[in-house]
Amino acid sequence: MSVRMPTDVEEWKSEVYGQEIRDHLMEFAEEGWESIPDDEHDAWFERFKWWGLYHQRSGQESYFMMRIGTPNGVLEPGQLEVVGEVADEYARGPAENPEFGAAYADFTTRQSIQLHWIRLEDVPEIFDKLESNGLTTQQACGDSWRNIVGCPVAGKDANEVVDALPVAENLNETFKGDENHSNLPRKWKVSVTGCREGCGQGDINDLALEPAEKDGRMGFNVRVGGGLARNEPRLARGLDVFVTPDQAEAVSGGLSSLFREYGDRENRYNARMKFLVDEWGADEVRETLQEEFVDFELEHAGEDLRDQYTYNAGTGPAAGSHDHADGAAADGGVAAQYPGGDHDHIGVHPQGDDNFYVGLNVMVGRMGVEDCLELADLADEYGSGEVRLTQRQNVIVTDVPESELDAFLAEPLLDDYAPDPSPFERGSIACTGTEFCSLSIVETKNRQVRFARWLKQNVDLPEGVEEFHIHLSGCTASCAQPQIADVSLRGMKTRKNGEAVEALDIGLGGGLGEDPRFADWVAQRVPADEVPGAIENLLGNFADAREDGESFREFVENRDEETLAELIEPEETSYTDPYMHNTKLTWYPYAEEDDMDDGPAPVPSDEYPVEADD
Amino acid sequence: MRGVTAALRVLDDGAWLSVSDSRVVGVGELWRLRGFCECEQADFVLEGFTETGVDGRTVEVRAYGTCIVCNEAGPTDWLPVGRLVDTDTPRARDGERGVFHALANSAPAAGAGSRGATDVPANGAGSSENP
Repeated sequence: MSVRMPTDVEEWKSEVYGQEIRDHLMEFAEEGWESIPDDEHDAWFERFKWWGLYHQRSGQESYFMMRIGTPNGVLEPGQLEVVGEVADEYARGPAENPEFGAAYADFTTRQSIQLHWIRLEDVPEIFDKLESNGLTTQQACGDSWRNIVGCPVAGKDANEVVDALPVAENLNETFKGDENHSNLPRKWKVSVTGCREGCGQGDINDLALEPAEKDGRMGFNVRVGGGLARNEPRLARGLDVFVTPDQAEAVSGGLSSLFREYGDRENRYNARMKFLVDEWGADEVRETLQEEFVDFELEHAGEDLRDQYTYNAGTGPAAGSHDHADGAAADGGVAAQYPGGDHDHIGVHPQGDDNFYVGLNVMVGRMGVEDCLELADLADEYGSGEVRLTQRQNVIVTDVPESELDAFLAEPLLDDYAPDPSPFERGSIACTGTEFCSLSIVETKNRQVRFARWLKQNVDLPEGVEEFHIHLSGCTASCAQPQIADVSLRGMKTRKNGEAVEALDIGLGGGLGEDPRFADWVAQRVPADEVPGAIENLLGNFADAREDGESFREFVENRDEETLAELIEPEETSYTDPYMHNTKLTWYPYAEEDDMDDGPAPVPSDEYPVEADD
Repeated sequence: MRGVTAALRVLDDGAWLSVSDSRVVGVGELWRLRGFCECEQADFVLEGFTETGVDGRTVEVRAYGTCIVCNEAGPTDWLPVGRLVDTDTPRARDGERGVFHALANSAPAAGAGSRGATDVPANGAGSSENP
């Protein structure tokens, strides 16, 4: 007798999922795109996600996005070069992006890497190259443990209070490929942090381990059920559990098992851990974890460090903060030329040894392949070769001796990837958008680059405001984490002069820190070409109306939505937006001939397309 | 075509409607709806599909989104989005394989009484890339 699963996705997962997908994937790759039976496309594309492959949107059939998970954002020496070489050889699309060229790598808000335009037929060669260099796409997507995030300078930070990197690495090694945890009701996002800044963003993860002290021992407090997607943002809720680093695996595995057993497989919209925590409450989650999933007595929570968090805390680089770099400025020297950075790791900062790390701004997380390869060379020349990725879509070159800092900082590549970017460049995050993603409603990455460029040229931040985050997400999936930005932008549509145009909802005052809060959505459907003007006016009005040195977040907290909406004042300016048309209805928004029918997809497995405009 | 099985699915976080493994309708477009809000005709941004089914030969979806005229946001009633032809099967839902025959997929559906008429865009969809 067969058992009918509650949804098609669960049915497919019950048939073939996890490791065993690989054999089928390789077989399809060997035989070519056309070998996937027409009536099995949905099933296989859903399964391929477990191996990091997403079928691209309509108009781009037969092309895939490939995600490489880099635990805690650590790219070991040589690995960035491998990523660059893979992107160079296999991620060249049929048309160029006007801002980034024909091939590039995207650094994501979960410290992973995404490549686009990947052909199924190339997957075996790509996997060979990645895996022989210690990289993998396994579980980068799909319903299982995703890439584990954390403080990107874990193990390097001079002021880290818990050595979190071995914990994150152990969780990755334990639960990546573990059949007991490979088929969960939905994705399972984990953050492990040991620093004082709160930069692991644990509050927006399904499971967060955050530094805490108990009875003189350092370890982690456990929080569960955070997440931003689908207009249902939740902050992770404290479970009143303290774990030592040695207990982290057992408790994390217990919670993953609890989610596996009790998460909602009937309805994928309701399947995330945040909804289970909503339904049960943290107390019941703790009781069930204790009774059914761990075999030792759980300790109550220790004393956390949340009152010291500075990352995205809405206060700027506050006096007395426990800067990752706080020795640097005091010592003078080159690091003092790049003050701040405690919140986002940009700039020059001392490590726990005698070396320094240098955080570089990558606009919207996208780097062309030539720049990737150049950065890999520079990391090797001036540092250990290691490069790390941050949750703000930026990169960090670690292990640079003080004697090499000046020469490294003088490299021409750093003109484009600056250690001291303007606040608007530094604060920019954008998701994939309609370039490749079908859930998105608007174009995002190129637009955010243009926004930041215009704001840098035309707008000054009010006095005392040194960080200002603008996150642009194409839809409510919230991949750019818009709800935790000073200015949150979310894709919508509106009509302007009767024509449907791309637009953005505007939210204000979101952020993390000791008391995280989600943005208030105060303006709806502002035509995209009026958004830079709206931000300019908002900042001017904020400067005029703020009281007693209010921070921007305090200013928003202290005013009602109606008042805030009046301060936005959208208007056209000198900013121009080439993506106002319906980018979703193009095969590729930047192609010269962009109609759906003009694209080359699907491309037969035995041929490669020529440039669409050749 | 009789006896051919059709499958209706909403996939990828509600990004698109699949009919027999083809992406037939995606999110992100403006739809003209009646009965969604107080407007005589809502100008509705469809942000996500939640479920699909059939009523007779009419393929339907439920979705969520926002009327850009009055700002009403939320879920819709069943909306017709296309028609199956030559079918003798009454209904299917995500998770079931209805016995259908063929699909006239991207044609604007006929009005369906109080559910209102839809102006269905002819684009398809793909995968969301939530990291």
